[in-house]
Amino acid sequence: MIVITVNGKQEELPESTSITDLLIKYGVKPETVVVELNYEIPERQSWADIKLVNEDHLEIVKFIGGG
Amino acid sequence: MYSQELTDNNMLRYTRQLVLDGFGPEGQNKLKMAKVLIVGAGGLGSPASIYLAAAGVGTIGIVDYDTVSYSNLNRQIAYSTEDIGRYKTDCSEKQLTRLNPDIEIIKHSLKLSADNVREILVAYDVIIDATDNFPTRYLVSDTAYFLKKPVIEGAVAGYDGILMTIIPDKTPCYRCLYPTPPEDIALNSTEETGVLGMLPGIIGTMQALEAVKLIIGIGQTVSGRIITFDAISSSFRDISWKRRKDCPLCGKK
Ligand SMILES: [Zn+2]
Repeated sequence: MIVITVNGKQEELPESTSITDLLIKYGVKPETVVVELNYEIPERQSWADIKLVNEDHLEIVKFIGGG
Repeated sequence: MYSQELTDNNMLRYTRQLVLDGFGPEGQNKLKMAKVLIVGAGGLGSPASIYLAAAGVGTIGIVDYDTVSYSNLNRQIAYSTEDIGRYKTDCSEKQLTRLNPDIEIIKHSLKLSADNVREILVAYDVIIDATDNFPTRYLVSDTAYFLKKPVIEGAVAGYDGILMTIIPDKTPCYRCLYPTPPEDIALNSTEETGVLGMLPGIIGTMQALEAVKLIIGIGQTVSGRIITFDAISSSFRDISWKRRKDCPLCGKK
């Protein structure tokens, strides 16, 4: 198992969980959010290939555009 | 330097903020000289315009082509039941002038488009993006980037709110956050997601606060970071956000 920070909270996850796996696990549709990993912004196309590792810091931000 | 000294009545009107650290008559005069444009006179624009008028921002421009309808009234607090069917810009002018007769309201009762956005934005110091859709947000934030004007982005959907202040070339821009629109554009209209009036009340009020701080030059604005608000858990998140190296707008070519 690995421990990472998601939206400021600690989460325990199986090894080799990708960003896409994590979003699915959270019930988040990938097309409705943007993510930041360790203060860098990975391309959407690479989310399925990026495996999360111990102490990663992930922020998930929804598309919010109403007023 | 300043156009005119504050009158005695206005010393009284603004007395609670004049005594604040970093404010004083000098700060009040900066507000008086400032021109703020509010794009969208809906759930966000209502509280933003009311608080900016109350604070004494000298010139407030309002862009909106819509009229007031019943379904607006749970959140668009600048309007009353008697305003149904009237232009939001006209109703806002009436309401804001009644609150503070010493400020100037400039009405732009039109639909913002690529043809008119530049000539409208260019006349203002600070832009508050309070629109209700992604295409207009890109139009406003892209244009403001090229004009080098600060934009205060605020948005709501469902129980979620978001806020960021963009200083061109200094902070991440709107496209550093959202490089391209979401696939499902309608995803975010409050018609689809619903909205409780207090949420745009909170975010729109924070947009007004950001504008005042930018104008006076006090404190830290929400720049280089993003604040999100979850109305269901009543929690804020403060997220550091960097410029995208490959940002389609502000990235190094
Ligand atoms: Zn950018």
